Order: sequence, then structure tokens, then C-alpha cells
Amino acid sequence: MHTAAAHHDEGKGQYFWVWGALLLLTAVEVALAYKQVFEPVRMLEALMILSVIKSALIIGYFMHLKYEIAAMKWVMMVAVCACLCLMCVFFADAARILQLGVR
Amino acid sequence: MSDMAVHGMAGEFEPSLFGTYSKKIGMWLFLLSDTLTFGALLFAYSYGRISNPDWPTPFHKESIINATIMTGCLLSSSLTMVLGVLAARRGDRSWTRNWILFTMFFGSAFIVLHGMEWTKLIAEGMTSSRNPWSSTVQQFGGTFFTLTGMHMLHVTIGVIYLGVVSLRKAFLPILLVIWGLVFFLTPTDSVFHVGVHVLLAGLVIAAVILFLKPKDYDAHDVEIAGLYWHFVDLVWMFIFPLVYLMSTRVQG
Repeated sequence: MHTAAAHHDEGKGQYFWVWGALLLLTAVEVALAYKQVFEPVRMLEALMILSVIKSALIIGYFMHLKYEIAAMKWVMMVAVCACLCLMCVFFADAARILQLGVR
Repeated sequence: MSDMAVHGMAGEFEPSLFGTYSKKIGMWLFLLSDTLTFGALLFAYSYGRISNPDWPTPFHKESIINATIMTGCLLSSSLTMVLGVLAARRGDRSWTRNWILFTMFFGSAFIVLHGMEWTKLIAEGMTSSRNPWSSTVQQFGGTFFTLTGMHMLHVTIGVIYLGVVSLRKAFLPILLVIWGLVFFLTPTDSVFHVGVHVLLAGLVIAAVILFLKPKDYDAHDVEIAGLYWHFVDLVWMFIFPLVYLMSTRVQG
């Protein structure tokens, strides 16, 4: 059976580029953390942005989602991103504990 | 509806909504559910990290180098896996197996390095209920071991999965020998001595699958195994910065 993902150009070169980019982004993360460039909350934001870029590269290229049809991309990604975003509601309580203490 | 209507008439049914085969959609759906499992664990860890100013920072230079090498292993394993998928699509069975074996090597290296990291932390006095760095944040060990242990379990299952896809029944005696060697040659209180039983459980499950439903795994099976493997890599891309880089000890 032919699939949407099987029709794209399967040059090996792009995978080596993605691999190089992932290693480079990891090196940037390590440098940021080890040099303590930002204060903790800003550091967390910077590291998460870099991690989201890395995960997008892995999902798009290595997992071939970039080459799937639009329905697959949207259904798969929107559902999981929405659920993960809902979990952020707990951070409000974490901040409350930090500022007010456990009551 | 007659059998002919069900099986005999191509084009009778509308095409798949996602334009691909059902096994791949099944794996994607499993990975999405697993994303929520890891998401919950990562959010629980982050909750604790944010709400405790005294969160321990036990990872000094040596640990960060070790974790960076582990990250490199997983990223390299993803590259070899995707090359294996390409080889499978070309019908090149020899290079499919070779690339998958490279992937298994990198995955095994990750497990060994992670086991060594656990051993070091346990030797320093860290358990699931206490740690030597902060008396007020006792949940550090529990959250750390749960999160990284869950991931390590997934990596181990992934290595076994790839071994089954690439070597089929020939992988079973290899798995048994590895289990025996690790079990009998490591001290009884070692992380590896306890953790190696996952291989034994994997051996039993793989044997049941291979003997009850023997088949020659094709390019689709390799691609699906690859999806699982890349997901394991993807999860580590969040564990590494959240657990290790956010708890870096620059001094001391």
C-alpha cells in the first residue's frame, strides 16, 4: 500500500542535516544551563522553546509527519497539544505555594 | 452484507481518513496516549520544581557530560533508525537489519549510561523517599526515579521491539544470554541486577508473539517500530533539560 509519507523525496541528506541541527541545539541548551546565562524562570522558558523546536524536527522529519496528509497532522497534533496545555493549569497552584506557602 | 461486498470489491469503501495504513494510525494513537502519560509525569516534576525554592541541584559537570552523551546516543539512534526505514522501503533487507542493529547499540549504550548515573546517585544516598542535598524536598528522588525510570523502561522495550523486528526468533537466545550474564555477573544490590528482569519479561512476551504469530516483518513494520523509537527520543528531549539542565550544580 502506498502512503502519503512514502511519496516524498527520500534523500538521506536531509536526515543528516536534521541530526546535526538537533546536536547543535542540544549543545546550545547545555551551554545555556552550564553558564547559567538566565535566571531560573527565564532559563526554563529558553530550554522549553529549544526543546519544542527539537521535538518539531523529530516529529516532522524523523517521524515523517511532515509528509502525511493534513487531516493526520491536525488531528494528531491538535488533540495532544490541547491536552498538554490543559495541564498548565497546575502551574498556577505551584506559583501560589511559592508565594503564599502551603495553607 | 455478503462476503463479496465485504472482501471482494475493491473501491467499495471510502479511503482511509488519514491516507495511510491502520497499523501506523494505531501506533500514532498509542504514542499520543503515551504522550499524556509522560506529560503528566513531566508536569508533576515541574510543579515540584517551581513550588520548591530549595529543589536539589545534584548534577555537576560529570553528570551533565554523561547526560549529554546519553542525549547524543539517542539522537544518533534516531538517525540510524530513519536510515533503516529508508533501507526497508528500498527493499534492502541487509542494510535494514544493519541500521536497526546500530539503533539497538545506541539504545543499549543509553541504558547502560543511565544505569551508571542511577548507581552513582544511589551511592550518594538518594532513594525514592529521601536525598542528601535537601531535607525539605524529599520528593526529589521519587519524581526523578519515576520519570527517568519510566523513560528507561520505554527505551528497553524499544530495544527489544527492534530486536524482534530485525532478528525475529534469533533474538530470543541473545536476549536470554544477556539476561543471564547481567543477572549472574552483577552484585545483588546493583541497579543492573534488579533492572535486567525487564529483559526476562520482554523475552517471555517476545517469545509468545514470535511463536504464536510468526511473520516476516516488512517495511511497514519497520516504519512503525521507528515511530515508537523516535517517540522515546522525543520524550528525552524534554526530560534532559527539565531534570538535568534545570538542576545543574555549577559550583562544588
